[in-house]
Amino acid sequence: MDDRARVEKAAHEVVEEHDPRSVPVREFLAAWFAAGLTWVHFPEGLGGLGVSRGLQARANAILQGAGGPNPFFLNPIGHGMAAATVLEHGSRELAQELLPPLATGEHIWCQLFSEPGAGSDLAGLATSAVLDGDEWVVNGQKVWTSFAHRARYALLLARTDPDQPKHKGLTYFVLDMHAPGVETRPLRQMTGQAEFNEVYLTDARIPDTHRLGAVGNGWRVAMTTLMNERSAIGGSSSVRGAGAIADAVELWARYPQRHTPVLRDKLAALWTRAEAQRLTDERARRSATSGSPGPEGSIAKLVSAELNQHVYEFCMELIGPEATLYGDYTQRDAERNEDYRGPVQQRFLRSRANTIEGGTSEVLRNILGERILGLPGDLRADAGKPWKEVPRG
Amino acid sequence: MADAVTEFVLTPEQQDLRRAVRRFCAERLGEDTVRRLAESGTGHDPALWARLGGELGVLGLAVPEELGGAGGGLVDQAVVAEEFGAALVPGPVLGTVGLAVPALVALAGAGLDEDLLASLVEGARTAAFAVPDRGGRFDPALVTVTETGGALTGEVRHVVDGTADVLLVAARTGEEIGLFLTDGGERIPLSTLDRTRRQATVRFSATPARALAVGAGAEQAITAALRVGGALLAAEQVGGAQRMLDRTVAYAGTRLQFGRPIGSFQAVKHRCADMLVLVEHARSTAFHAAWALQDGTDDPDLAVAVAQATCSQAYQQVAQESVQLHGGIGFTWEHAAHLYLKRAVTDAALLGSAAEHRERIAQLVLDGASASGGVRVATG
Repeated sequence: MDDRARVEKAAHEVVEEHDPRSVPVREFLAAWFAAGLTWVHFPEGLGGLGVSRGLQARANAILQGAGGPNPFFLNPIGHGMAAATVLEHGSRELAQELLPPLATGEHIWCQLFSEPGAGSDLAGLATSAVLDGDEWVVNGQKVWTSFAHRARYALLLARTDPDQPKHKGLTYFVLDMHAPGVETRPLRQMTGQAEFNEVYLTDARIPDTHRLGAVGNGWRVAMTTLMNERSAIGGSSSVRGAGAIADAVELWARYPQRHTPVLRDKLAALWTRAEAQRLTDERARRSATSGSPGPEGSIAKLVSAELNQHVYEFCMELIGPEATLYGDYTQRDAERNEDYRGPVQQRFLRSRANTIEGGTSEVLRNILGERILGLPGDLRADAGKPWKEVPRG
Repeated sequence: MADAVTEFVLTPEQQDLRRAVRRFCAERLGEDTVRRLAESGTGHDPALWARLGGELGVLGLAVPEELGGAGGGLVDQAVVAEEFGAALVPGPVLGTVGLAVPALVALAGAGLDEDLLASLVEGARTAAFAVPDRGGRFDPALVTVTETGGALTGEVRHVVDGTADVLLVAARTGEEIGLFLTDGGERIPLSTLDRTRRQATVRFSATPARALAVGAGAEQAITAALRVGGALLAAEQVGGAQRMLDRTVAYAGTRLQFGRPIGSFQAVKHRCADMLVLVEHARSTAFHAAWALQDGTDDPDLAVAVAQATCSQAYQQVAQESVQLHGGIGFTWEHAAHLYLKRAVTDAALLGSAAEHRERIAQLVLDGASASGGVRVATG
């Protein structure tokens, strides 16, 4: 049996034996994991079948066809970033411990990377981890953390050697968010909502067995996470006209009294660009020979972020005086889907973050220029210097 | 119909084809040759054209074997068009390969002169397409040439490759439009912006011509040719844009100012990154159009409009950025940047501008849109 048939057979068996419309979602996802369908390219026993990543789409199609849940939306950081990082850099024992509850959504995950003083220059982060016996003691502040207040585990990047240049002194950990010394506070954003959190770490302790990769090797581990993040954020819909552009086309149909030839051409240009990016995503997917996301993810992220902004700028122009109104600035937890996808004025405000979150457009253009086109890097004032000697502020 | 999974994946044969054409162009159609031909009277070399058709055999890849072609698909021809665009191959690429040959293929079985098609595919003869278009689409109202008693009268302006051996001419015959074949007519060469892509005004006064098709058959062949021409032109734009991007990146990596390669400055690097995105989008839309026409996997009208709207803008923008990023040398006659810029401007204007194609896209996707979705508008 070829791999494709194997995946299809396994998927059909799971949905037949555990009808996703009646079985509780965690129970269903546990069966899905046991059958190796959560991440088909993972090894057997760890939620995969050891086959090409491209076959995941087949499994997901069968899952959705049977009315099953979308595991990604139940645990976006867990599925989009943590799973691949734990698999690639953790021991098999750690993966066996962490992946099953991640896959079912029992354990929600979050990511503790950015800090108030380390955004684009992530490798300059200051949160420290100091070894004490067989535990690490962590102190610092993290920011822009989605799901932190619901998360059981976090991916944490911390500095273990301030005497090394910035990239070399980092180590990567899995942090138990229920541990003493971990405090989560909501961070209110311009939409009025609090989608993200700040996380304060005060003498929080991590067993050394929850380290991913070698001490000092945290930057390389973080790259696994970030490449997966960019492809997860940038992976736009494969359906023509879906996504943000659908909002603009729908409002266009709803506001005929505000049509002008200039707006019409603007919308046609936006639609065309969305279609060009959709086709580019398809092309990258179909010609991908390796299993891990490559730099195309950076193109997708760059384009979809700017396109989203332009689409919602267009929507605001189209609706005219109504663009000056807003619904409700009451602070809310914005994780519920309907809140996140609120009225168009809120979508406009939310889109301003798209070119900042998950890699600013400026950083992404550096990546395209340097990693795809091979252009030389910029001068760096901190190159080779011990981290503690680099000016901060 | 191809499996959707295979779209965008070139076969090993198509990759070999690309390499063969690239090697031929590098050896036989280098910049010196292109410049020499650009400054010559006719703008192309019939002997070289015959080698492209004969020795290399790349002028009729999508023509069925029984009509004298290679029996391949449009994607094969698009691969060649891309390489021709990268090398700025002079000669009747658009008139013959892009438009006349597809029109004749569409007319297959309708009193077609198969020797003519075979000789065009071999590169032994050349043809041009004297059919006016509006935004890359056929509009019978634009046809002013008339046919009576087997002879044409009237004028067609801006005929790309209009000095070719034979012309396919749209003409009014009674109440209908017909497609006619003639080797006559007065050809008045125009002084073109891009000297590697020539045009002529053609004038007919009782010029003998043979009817190839009349009525619906003629209009279908014209529409088919304009679609194929649009897709191949888009592929050509991809090739030119990619070549300009490559040259610009190479220059930015080696040109030193302030003691550093200029490509290390973000002001330069970010413009290169934006050029990369333009080229990637152009490639995706152009090859999607070729696949859609070849396999019937998408609305051909929309696929070609998206490709043309995207590629016309992309190539022109990339060529202009290339001039800018090369600095002073990029404005000289000696540097190749202007050759590509002129081709980019020309290609953008031919078979419909980006704006005209966006208008078509608007007709197809906006005019019939319904307000059924869920996006709310806060009303205070």
